[in-house]
Amino acid sequence: MSSSLLKAFALRLWTSLLVLVGVSILIFCIARVIPGDPARIALGPDASEDQVIQLRERLHLNEPLPVQYLEFVRNFAAGDLGMSLYTRRPVTTDIGSFLPATLELVFLAGLLVAAIGIPVGVLAARYRDRGIDHVVRLLALLGVVTPSFVWAILLMLIFAFFAELLPVAGRLSEGVAPPPTIVGMYTIDALIAGQWTTFLDAARHMVLPGLALALSGIGQIARMTRASVAETYAAPYIEMAQAYGFPERRIASRYALRPAMIPTLTILGLDFANMLGAAFLVEQVFAWPGLARYGVQAILHKDLNAIVGVVLIVSAFFLIVNILVDMAIAWLNPRIRLEPRRAM
Amino acid sequence: MSKLSRSPGWYKFRRNPLSVPSLVLVVLIIALAVFAPVVAPYPEHAGAVVDFINASLPPSWAHPFGTDVAGRDILSRIIFGYRISLVLGVVVLGIAVPIGVTLGLVAGYFGGWVDYVVMRITDIFLSVPPLVLAMAIMGLLEPTLLNGMMAVSAMWWPWYTRLAYNLARSESREGYVLAAEVIGASKAHILAREILPNCVPAVFTKITLDLGFVILIASSLSFLGLGVQPPTPDLGSMVAEGAQYLPDTWWMAVFPALAILVGVLGFNLLGDGLRDILDQRQ
Repeated sequence: MSSSLLKAFALRLWTSLLVLVGVSILIFCIARVIPGDPARIALGPDASEDQVIQLRERLHLNEPLPVQYLEFVRNFAAGDLGMSLYTRRPVTTDIGSFLPATLELVFLAGLLVAAIGIPVGVLAARYRDRGIDHVVRLLALLGVVTPSFVWAILLMLIFAFFAELLPVAGRLSEGVAPPPTIVGMYTIDALIAGQWTTFLDAARHMVLPGLALALSGIGQIARMTRASVAETYAAPYIEMAQAYGFPERRIASRYALRPAMIPTLTILGLDFANMLGAAFLVEQVFAWPGLARYGVQAILHKDLNAIVGVVLIVSAFFLIVNILVDMAIAWLNPRIRLEPRRAM
Repeated sequence: MSKLSRSPGWYKFRRNPLSVPSLVLVVLIIALAVFAPVVAPYPEHAGAVVDFINASLPPSWAHPFGTDVAGRDILSRIIFGYRISLVLGVVVLGIAVPIGVTLGLVAGYFGGWVDYVVMRITDIFLSVPPLVLAMAIMGLLEPTLLNGMMAVSAMWWPWYTRLAYNLARSESREGYVLAAEVIGASKAHILAREILPNCVPAVFTKITLDLGFVILIASSLSFLGLGVQPPTPDLGSMVAEGAQYLPDTWWMAVFPALAILVGVLGFNLLGDGLRDILDQRQ
């Protein structure tokens, strides 16, 4: 790794940290300036005045806002996001137990987006303005304009209810015990434990929600890849490669795809953000016990600490993915990768 | 019409085979929404009507999309649902676009610390997944139509800030801006009268595309129960309600779901068509 790459990485990390602080201030302000007393909302209308006063004291709600924020940051640095006012457990414990299920789903969807979207886009660019291109463009458009919960319901109806090929909801079938927890993702835990039937069952449960989550990303990536591959195919150096008589396959994979991947990767990073949002909808349809479902419950019960925690974790995850994408782009782009190590 | 059919813009628009059908579709949806009380077969079903004799009927001539568990005509409710969606989309963009464009123009033209502060704030808003931000705002406030509009606007303005920022930065290097500066035009004049008009085509195209996506996001919120509350007919909450009764009475969820898809598709294709006209400088 060249030093310029390292420097870019450090700068990126620093600005991301600033953004994360900004996000925490933003969500903290939203959570504190809402009309109504958070303590009263948390305890419900039946609680006595004394209980409300006690809870206000415990949550530092009587202090001025900046003091409350600093208190929040100090706790956060110590790994404490407060108690969920609804589940009565620490928010970090809750997030820790729900996050792996969501990540499992989002990773699968991300994998599907890359593994289906990119090749399909290349194919469409290769056979531009022919039958296969029109089909791909139509399907990609449908993917983009359809909300994920609509895909979820349509897929569930067709493949789970009518065709009965795949399970309707949940992470495992009834009677199948979850594998011993290591990372919390059932498929990976089952593999580590060597439980093949559990792995297959967990994988079967992931297909429909994963696909519902991935379809809009697949559409977007296919469109993007098609456009940028088509653009690079028009470049003079491709013509040169063709004139030299390089094999068509090598031109496609080595010369055309690599520069075309740069805009595609940027979109892939954005898709991760969208999928984290869309997971809220898909998990709701498939009764998938993940962070998004927890977040929806927290929102419906006005559970302040949990809402703040979920938004922060989701934003942090999004920032990390975007840093990784930036690094991948820097690595793909020879102008950055091969920059001579000048004295800096 | 003959003048229109010969204009270069119309020719460019028509060249994309999907543009004209999408224009027809969008006009149809807007007409349905505007004249909902007249064109809906059962306009009274937009409210809290209960008709248990006709509950959960499959699609038929009397009810082309069937009826819901309360016996209301789903087609009528979809037509009124479009009405709510369009009002929401127009209001959200009516709030988000002026705020976003103004901030973006100012940051892009003045540069310096204004640029830094505005764009970092924009970055912060853009690094929370939009739906999650809107949900958090919505969850902390009461789920009403007005709050829904505010929550969606809050996540929408940064995209316009970024768009206007990039446009203002490239336009401010153009000769005509320099000419205005040289003859001593005020900064406000340059921004409002010189740069802004040149940003209008790009902003307008994005608005058309976004109307569809606002409908998509708003229906996602109401699907989670964080939007317009029943009995108001909203496409997202209709899908959520119908999803509870899958698979036997599939029409309750499937038709409102397809209605969302068709609406977003129409605006999306129309936006693509408009881009073909307005991008003539490139």
